[in-house]
Amino acid sequence: MSVFVLRRLLTLLATLIGASLIIFLVLDALPGNAAQMLMGADASPDAVRALTVKLGLDQPLTIRYLQWIKGLLSGDLGNSYVYGTPVAGLIAERLVLTIPLAIMSMLITVVLALSAGIYTAANHNKLGDVGVMSLTQVGLALPNFWFAILLILLFSVRLQWLSAGGFAGWDDGIWPGIKSLLLPAISLAVVQAAILARVTRSAVLEVLREDFVRTARAKGLGKREVLWSHVLRNAMIPVMTVMGLQFANLLAGTIVIENVFYLPGLGRLIFQSIANRDLIVVRNCVMLLAAMVVIVNFVVDVLYAFIDPRIKVHDL
Amino acid sequence: MSDPASAPLIAVDNLGVRLNTSRGPAQAVRGVSFALKRGETMGLVGESGCGKSVTALSLMGLLPDSAVVSGSIRLEGRELVGLSDAGYCKLRGNRISMIFQEPMTALNPMHAIGPQVAEPLRRHKNYSAAQARKEAIALLDRVGLPDAARRVDAYPHQFSGGQRQRITIAMALACEPDLLIADEPTTALDVTIQGQILDLIADLVEERGMSMILISHDLGVIAENVQRMMVMYGGTVVESGPTNEVFRRMGHPYTQGLFRARPRLGAREGTRLRTISGTVPELADLPAGCTFSDRCPLVEDRCRAALPPMVEVGPGHNVRCLRTDVSMADHVGALSA
Amino acid sequence: MSAPLTSLLDAPVAARPLPARTFWRRALRHRSFVVGGVLTLLVLASALLSLVWTPWSPYEIDIAAKLKPPSAAHWLGTDSFGRDIVSLLLAGARSTILVGIIAVSIGLTFGVCLGLIAAARRGWTEEIIMRFSDFTFAFPAVLSAIMLAAVVGPGMVTSIVAIGIFQVPTLTRLTRGSANAIWAREFVLAARAAGKGAFRITIEHVLPNILSILIVQATIQFALAILAEAALSYLGLGTQPPQPSWGRMLNDAQTLLFQSPMLAVYPGAAIAIAVLGLNLLGDGLRDLLDPRLARER
Repeated sequence: MSVFVLRRLLTLLATLIGASLIIFLVLDALPGNAAQMLMGADASPDAVRALTVKLGLDQPLTIRYLQWIKGLLSGDLGNSYVYGTPVAGLIAERLVLTIPLAIMSMLITVVLALSAGIYTAANHNKLGDVGVMSLTQVGLALPNFWFAILLILLFSVRLQWLSAGGFAGWDDGIWPGIKSLLLPAISLAVVQAAILARVTRSAVLEVLREDFVRTARAKGLGKREVLWSHVLRNAMIPVMTVMGLQFANLLAGTIVIENVFYLPGLGRLIFQSIANRDLIVVRNCVMLLAAMVVIVNFVVDVLYAFIDPRIKVHDL
Repeated sequence: MSDPASAPLIAVDNLGVRLNTSRGPAQAVRGVSFALKRGETMGLVGESGCGKSVTALSLMGLLPDSAVVSGSIRLEGRELVGLSDAGYCKLRGNRISMIFQEPMTALNPMHAIGPQVAEPLRRHKNYSAAQARKEAIALLDRVGLPDAARRVDAYPHQFSGGQRQRITIAMALACEPDLLIADEPTTALDVTIQGQILDLIADLVEERGMSMILISHDLGVIAENVQRMMVMYGGTVVESGPTNEVFRRMGHPYTQGLFRARPRLGAREGTRLRTISGTVPELADLPAGCTFSDRCPLVEDRCRAALPPMVEVGPGHNVRCLRTDVSMADHVGALSA
Repeated sequence: MSAPLTSLLDAPVAARPLPARTFWRRALRHRSFVVGGVLTLLVLASALLSLVWTPWSPYEIDIAAKLKPPSAAHWLGTDSFGRDIVSLLLAGARSTILVGIIAVSIGLTFGVCLGLIAAARRGWTEEIIMRFSDFTFAFPAVLSAIMLAAVVGPGMVTSIVAIGIFQVPTLTRLTRGSANAIWAREFVLAARAAGKGAFRITIEHVLPNILSILIVQATIQFALAILAEAALSYLGLGTQPPQPSWGRMLNDAQTLLFQSPMLAVYPGAAIAIAVLGLNLLGDGLRDLLDPRLARER
């Protein structure tokens, strides 16, 4: 493993620890008493005290933090205050929906954005470029949950092709599941794709101005070949950076979109747990989302090193 | 074409290029004509913005899409003006190659140098990957890249500027082109490296019997490396002829000015560099007559009326000036007057 | 909190007198600036208008008049509580802009200060600030709002703080990046040679020179804040009823999709217009304030 990857790995660890500290401090240290919140204002002090002891909330903060981290590392996240079942199980149940949803919408984002971005850059200042760019400008302005509602209006209310919400699960094969995630994935993807398409376009245009593009043309390569074999790889660096950051938005977006479509995913679990004051579930879900964001960005950083030969040397 | 040996390899006739610049459309090149035989070398001199690079790019068919090219460019009798991009792609890197000014940016930083050198071979000669790689190593070796066999998989950032220019030369020569266009190939390099690179180019041109168009703003480089030369100013050729002739009897006031604005070693202490007064005109608003009239010490009213014709002042030596009688009689004295 | 903000607004006049007339002459010919400006003014005007006048009271419930189609009395009809849609939209602009302005101010105050400090101090200070902004990146606005809502309960303040926090790292990075570029310039070197301290250099040279970048980014961040506010209100984490908000209106409308689909269209269109306006305005300002970028187009 190169020094570069090792250094990034250390940063990753530091970021994860930092994020876990923030989450713990905000959710566990700041609010008076979780047990009190759980039982409501008019619960008897004795009952609250009993619950506090039962949940281990009478321990000092450091101990509780360390216990949580220990649990995270061993996969034992404790039991939900409300359901009494293991948090890890609750989360795993929901991830079966959220992860495919995130992957589907990321795929749609990338396909839409790269084709639109490359198309517009290759047809710079022509009619197609101006048209697609105006469309992306509109796409940037759409709130994704509103776009989702519009999709429901069109495909569920008017055309009645797809259901307005709910999740079919994976038991009857892949297709029903994918079908019920299609509208949510599209509504998440379109706004992100608008951003990514604009980034792709300007990255490709910037690389097209480079001298080595002229060199490649002077070797006898056609415009299209230069675009595919010389330009895209160079343009991918900024595009990938934004893709990594977008993954964070996308995960956050699932919280909203799962609520629009009544999908029993991680986002909805967090949401319900807030309503139920089930702080232990909130804490672990937020940590999971934050960790996914950080890890995806770490992977992007490491991928740079594979794409760009210059990075390894600079960082050694 | 009666005798193939004496027929020109490339013949340019009344070439004109219109470009869209930020200040509106501009005639970047007009009335440029020349012919080059196989194995012949020609220099193109002038200040930046005089149209020499545009001329070179129009030979390569690499001008921006918005450029309008008029006149004729013939490669062995075949017309290139109006040729489709696909048609041009078959020529570029194959029959005509080009070396650019900036070796630091001319190579793709993401690809190893070997594949970049091999690319023309793969494309034009249908070499297999292994064949092309072997040939690329041989080429890199020939252009003097140390340890070529081992460094063929290294990336551009691992080489110095001089080495990178050697790599671009190897790339340009891969398919043994008939015509090599070198656009200021040493301007961006250290002085100590410049000579080596120019010698390398000269050797390779000689060895392979190529024709070469060498573009430079440096009269010294031109004097030592080419048989014939053309001086350009404001998009037109103001003087052309055999290099020796032009340096011996400079006919155009601009050529003289260019020559005297050159810093020299061994000049007497206190000698001032003579500059040409005024600035290069914007291509978008050139004067009506002689393009140099606004800066010329010998200018008369008739110079501003119309673009002067080329006048033959010696065997193969032409000057676009109405006042060659004065300028060539005693050019040093006349100009300082 | 107000001190850095005032100096930020005063700086262009003091440090670099913008040729105001040339600016406006160019600006009025710039298509996206004009369109964006008009849309933004429209939203601002609606918000201001709603303070003094709305066709009906946005709080008045009239169950008898519920879900009325558009008419002369109710231009866009009424919602399920019989409230006038136009009035709700106007009053919703108020919440949106209020949350946006305060959140962006929080983001700007902290982001710009942290970024300037990082650029001025370098070394460990910079490292700590940047690492901190790194892991704040792991918490998009919705996530931090959820955490806050879990602790202090949902509400306008929760959404303002959450959106403000989410603005900080972007602005910190941008400020630090641009400030570093200014610190490397010759005139800063000259100022240092003249014995000026880091604080004076930051105020006199760095801040004025990165101001146009910050103005452009603030416009974009404002648009992002509006989107985030809408999402949080939609989820019920932001602005609380009866205070009207566009996101909340969408949430109400979603349950009535089959009966009155248009109720779900108006508030979303209002959000989209506000965001589109600010984005176009930001693009226009970028072209107008940064001639270097404009020429590349």
